[in-house]
Amino acid sequence: MRSRNIYLLIFILALFGFALWSIVPLDRNVFGREGLRLGLDLKGGIYLVYQADTSDIEPGTEDEAMRGVKDVIEMRIDALGITESTVRIQEYGGKYSIAIEIPGIADIERAKEMVGLFTVLEFREQDAEGNWIPATGTVNGEELTLTSRYFKENTYVTVGQLGSPLLIFEWDETGQELSPQITSRLIGKQLAIYLGDEPLRGEDGHPIAPVVRETINDRGQIEGLSLTDAQELSRLLNAGRIDVPLGKWVDGEFKPNISLYEWKVDATLGEDSIQKSIIAAGIGIVLLLLFMLVYYRLPGLVACLSLGVYGVVLLAIFKLVPVTLTLPGVAGFILSLGMAVDANVLIFERMKEELRAGRSLGAAVEAGFNRAWTAIRDSNITTFIACLVLIWLGSELGARMVSGFAITLLIGVALSMFTAIVVTRTFLRLIIGSRAVKNLAAYGVTPVQTVRNTK
Amino acid sequence: MIDFVGKKRWFFLISEIFVVIGIISLVISQIQLEAPLRLGTDFAGGTSMTLQFSPAVEQNQLREEMAKLGYAEATIQKAGEGNFIIHIGEITSAEAEELTEKLGAELDSQVEIIDYYLVSETVAAKTARNAVIAIIIAAVAMMFYIVWAFRRMPKPFRWGTCAIIALIHDVFIIVGIFSILGWLAGVEINALFITGLLAVVGYSINNTVVIFDRIRENVSRHISPDFAVIVNSSIVETLGRSLNTSLTTLVVILALFLFGGATIHYFVLVLLLGAIIGTYSSICISSQLLVVWEKREWRALLPSAKRTT
Repeated sequence: MRSRNIYLLIFILALFGFALWSIVPLDRNVFGREGLRLGLDLKGGIYLVYQADTSDIEPGTEDEAMRGVKDVIEMRIDALGITESTVRIQEYGGKYSIAIEIPGIADIERAKEMVGLFTVLEFREQDAEGNWIPATGTVNGEELTLTSRYFKENTYVTVGQLGSPLLIFEWDETGQELSPQITSRLIGKQLAIYLGDEPLRGEDGHPIAPVVRETINDRGQIEGLSLTDAQELSRLLNAGRIDVPLGKWVDGEFKPNISLYEWKVDATLGEDSIQKSIIAAGIGIVLLLLFMLVYYRLPGLVACLSLGVYGVVLLAIFKLVPVTLTLPGVAGFILSLGMAVDANVLIFERMKEELRAGRSLGAAVEAGFNRAWTAIRDSNITTFIACLVLIWLGSELGARMVSGFAITLLIGVALSMFTAIVVTRTFLRLIIGSRAVKNLAAYGVTPVQTVRNTK
Repeated sequence: MIDFVGKKRWFFLISEIFVVIGIISLVISQIQLEAPLRLGTDFAGGTSMTLQFSPAVEQNQLREEMAKLGYAEATIQKAGEGNFIIHIGEITSAEAEELTEKLGAELDSQVEIIDYYLVSETVAAKTARNAVIAIIIAAVAMMFYIVWAFRRMPKPFRWGTCAIIALIHDVFIIVGIFSILGWLAGVEINALFITGLLAVVGYSINNTVVIFDRIRENVSRHISPDFAVIVNSSIVETLGRSLNTSLTTLVVILALFLFGGATIHYFVLVLLLGAIIGTYSSICISSQLLVVWEKREWRALLPSAKRTT
């Protein structure tokens, strides 16, 4: 029994040490994680949701087309050096939709432009003044711009004989008519690739604009790209074959360029919220610790210690998983602190009862834990149920703020069960086992007066 | 020993008064706002913005200006010094910029949109439906859990039902209070309100379960032939714990309420009310319901003039 406690203590200390090491300082890189991941409401940024018009897409290939749209949007955001943005494909109301979160950008109009509500790449040539204008040709008497629509879906990257990457492509029927007209007049000149009004740029920041060497009829290759650029471009060309307009559906009618859902938070509001949360959390924690110390004395101190372990481990989990912290999430964290004490209170109250009933300290601690366990288990499971339902609700579009709270509360309550059952118990057993403190007053109980027969 | 069970008629009466006030408020709200609660952007759709004015302007001034600009229907809530949350119909971010520029010029103040939020009506309608479903699922799941946890007791279904009635009681009183705040102070409910409610549901049940757990233990120890006595001593034995946990939870929530950001002010209010009402209902309502059921004293539930104990 004794040695088991020692092992548990070593385990707790190791866990605590590791958690402390990983969060101090908070912005140190641990397993590729730096700092806490903050949600939009704390950091500022934009969240946009559009529905897709997939009516032009061959049934069965929607998933693929949406992945293409996602790739293109991600590319464009990455190109601006914004990290931590997320683009997700969702199904909403039987329609595909795309949710885009861009932290740290303040201008909603610019963000929309950046997301760009088109995915098709356009080829451009230089006019006499050096301006880039769409490269056009005539097919069936109609003037068409050469775009990624006219590629076959089999664009791929291979490594040529000299070890340099080659991008191999093939035109579809329309492409086969357009390409010779355009390439034949551009021999020795550049052909640039545009996404919206922005040229496509390579890793080095230079626009990708290959020089046309000869007339291209049905298939060709682009040389001189870096491997990453070539792969990126082939991905975009494959994705950009189909135009997926983004907007929203209203009563079965598609309205392009109008978002379904928009959320923008100014970074200053986020900073203000962080400061206020820290103050609130600090005050709450100090009052909590004071209460436990004054009311429960020695076990209260033990509870404070295990609450310390709880706080540090929880922060480490938030950082390493990582859990995106939102303002309601912080509220969930603070609330879970209050509830974490609950399990300790349950146990200590039980212990006091047992001590008053005249049991020995060791027996009272064990009885306190054993008898309090069913109550702790049953009561926390109801909170878990609430959290799971909330996580489901939060995964739905209109309730984005919800999941942050539910996830932090869920993790918090689970961890609080662990700290109460394992950490507090081990500490208390060791203190009692070492016979360091025997005075019952230290446990918040007036010693029991007993009457016995004189011998 | 305090007689919590003996005073049950009073406790029921107090709760019934609150519930009736809540119902009246929901009806008033339904007539005035065409909804039992003032629905926020998440549930009604539209655009909601937090505007920061420097120097600060008065809420009345802002309301007048908004009315002049054609937004008489706007809901305006104060959110800290110089900040207002306004909720209007769906307008784009470009239109929002235009609106705030006009407001700034008329009110002679620097205006900044620090939070802009647009939800399409289709999304909002679905969210509202989901929120109701979420609460029902949570309540049913918890009831089944309690029935399972108390499966070894005679009539486990009874325990689950009593816990759920106490829970519905808590939710109803909070909904009533927010309904009053809705037509009185323009407080809107959003997805976070539902979140708070569900957290309260978890918390309130948590308290009830601890007392039920003690009743379960005392029943198996046969401490008294009278079920009412068993229940009362269980409540008294766990009273220290019930009050202490409520106190620790209240302390942290109060800190959040007083010092936390304006964005989650009403969310924290739900938690605060929930902690108080949840503690009350677990000590004064749920276990008493068990006794009423056991003894078939259904008349105790009715607020009658003739009081016999």
